[in-house]
Amino acid sequence: MIPLIAAVGDDAALAFIEIGAVALVLSVLARVAGRLGITAIPLYLLAGLAVGKGGVAPLDVSAEFIQLAGEIGVLLLLLTLGLEYSPDELRHGLRTGAVPGVVDALANFTPGVIVGLVLGWEPAAAVLLGGVCWVSSSGVVSKVLADLDRLGNRETPAVLNLLVIEDLAMAIYLPVIGAVIAGSGAGDTVETVAIALAAVAVILTGAVKWGDRLSRALSPASDEALLLAVFGLTLLVGGLAQKVQVSAAIGAFLVGLALSGSVQSRAAAVVGPLRDLFAATFFLFFSFSVDPSDLVGVLVPAAALGLLGVVGKLASGWVAARPLAAGAPGRLRAGTVLIARGEFSIVIAALGATTADGAELGALAAAYVLITAVAGPLATKYADRIAEVAARPSRDVPGRRFR
Amino acid sequence: MTEVTETQLPGVGVRHEFMTAAGERLAVLSHRTGRREIAVYDRADPDACSTVLHLNSDDNRTLAELLGGSPVSEAVTGVQRLEGVAIDWIRSRPGSEQTGATIGEGRLRTRTGSSVVALVRGDDTLPAPGPDVVLESGDVVVAVGTPDGLRQLRDLLDA
Repeated sequence: MIPLIAAVGDDAALAFIEIGAVALVLSVLARVAGRLGITAIPLYLLAGLAVGKGGVAPLDVSAEFIQLAGEIGVLLLLLTLGLEYSPDELRHGLRTGAVPGVVDALANFTPGVIVGLVLGWEPAAAVLLGGVCWVSSSGVVSKVLADLDRLGNRETPAVLNLLVIEDLAMAIYLPVIGAVIAGSGAGDTVETVAIALAAVAVILTGAVKWGDRLSRALSPASDEALLLAVFGLTLLVGGLAQKVQVSAAIGAFLVGLALSGSVQSRAAAVVGPLRDLFAATFFLFFSFSVDPSDLVGVLVPAAALGLLGVVGKLASGWVAARPLAAGAPGRLRAGTVLIARGEFSIVIAALGATTADGAELGALAAAYVLITAVAGPLATKYADRIAEVAARPSRDVPGRRFR
Repeated sequence: MTEVTETQLPGVGVRHEFMTAAGERLAVLSHRTGRREIAVYDRADPDACSTVLHLNSDDNRTLAELLGGSPVSEAVTGVQRLEGVAIDWIRSRPGSEQTGATIGEGRLRTRTGSSVVALVRGDDTLPAPGPDVVLESGDVVVAVGTPDGLRQLRDLLDA
């Protein structure tokens, strides 16, 4: 027996060393990202490439642990994305943001689908690519807005409302696409989509009807009890959702939407650190399974998509900021700040990992997030200067042309 | 009083802005976390802010004191100095399940431990309303209780 235990101990020791080293590297990357004023997600993805298959320092012992931790990371990530907005903000967002929301979807979702089809992918994979290209990273956007002191700006509510709309759109998009992937054959797909939509309807109705009661039941709990309750509920609902062919991530997202009132902000606060830990693992694991040689192959489509993604978000921001009577510089700021994609794109690509085009989709999504998450914050930092340069040729036009 | 515009910032908080008598636009941003920002808008680009001050809760109090707090809020701080007792003004929102019900039917004190000490309806004030007073939407409920109980009451009336 003794050698066996010793062997297990050795394995555990090796795993601890690997995981510890990886965590330290991620911590350094998070600091670097903070310095540069960008999100850490692209850097985590690069780190994952380095330790994944074909990378410079492949991990083996702890790969399984990192996979499970990464999967929990997706659930917590989507839980906090759902927690971000109160039901009131969602309702208000729907009232004011329908038009910009539709423009945003047309300008960003469609190009992704078309590029997917041009690449000769299956329709389901192309629709996933559309999703990857669609949604701005609310994490990056709110951080950049705060860092650049833009929260007071006139165009900012338009930007934040658009993020709310995208969040709501994901509540429909994710279950549907999850079911499309799960189903095989046309009849089967219709059935799984129907089940998924029914499940979402049940959870959302439950959230609207009993969300208050759930929140009230949770609110007297201590921070410790609340953390465990929210964590347990997220995994439980996620697991049940997975059972009925709706992805676990979607279940977690709906749990986040269901929690409201004072318990919402407390839950976000207690789950936050746990989310940071597991979500970093998720991004790491995601690119862990991307082969760096695949990445080279998708560089051309990724660059094309990146360009389309910039143009698409400029259009979204331009339209969204219009009703707030923002001038051209403000509308340009709104567009550029939205360019960054992040967490949702990677989650969507991860949903499609098992499809025939999954490997290519993953590599393309990683490259796309790398490009946009770095380009977005940079572009918006210099948006005012870009607006100045763009306005120069039209100086002879009298009046305020952009009003 | 100057006209103050309120704008919701989803995920962040709420922004109040107004034009000063001298023609400068000023905004106060209240984060959900309690932090405040004071922003002065740029004259050249009225959509952007030229100066932003970041205040924590201590700074807020200092600034409020320097600017001269209103007598009402001074009275409130007086009450709040009582250990564990707080007072709050809560507007009952249209469509909340409590509007249209009497204070007694809502079992507000049983459920939240907070007592309703006055109702402000339009320009009228109803001091010490009995349990048979019907809550109307838009009523401002003045309640005394523990900070936690008041939060629960706010959830009931304002959600």
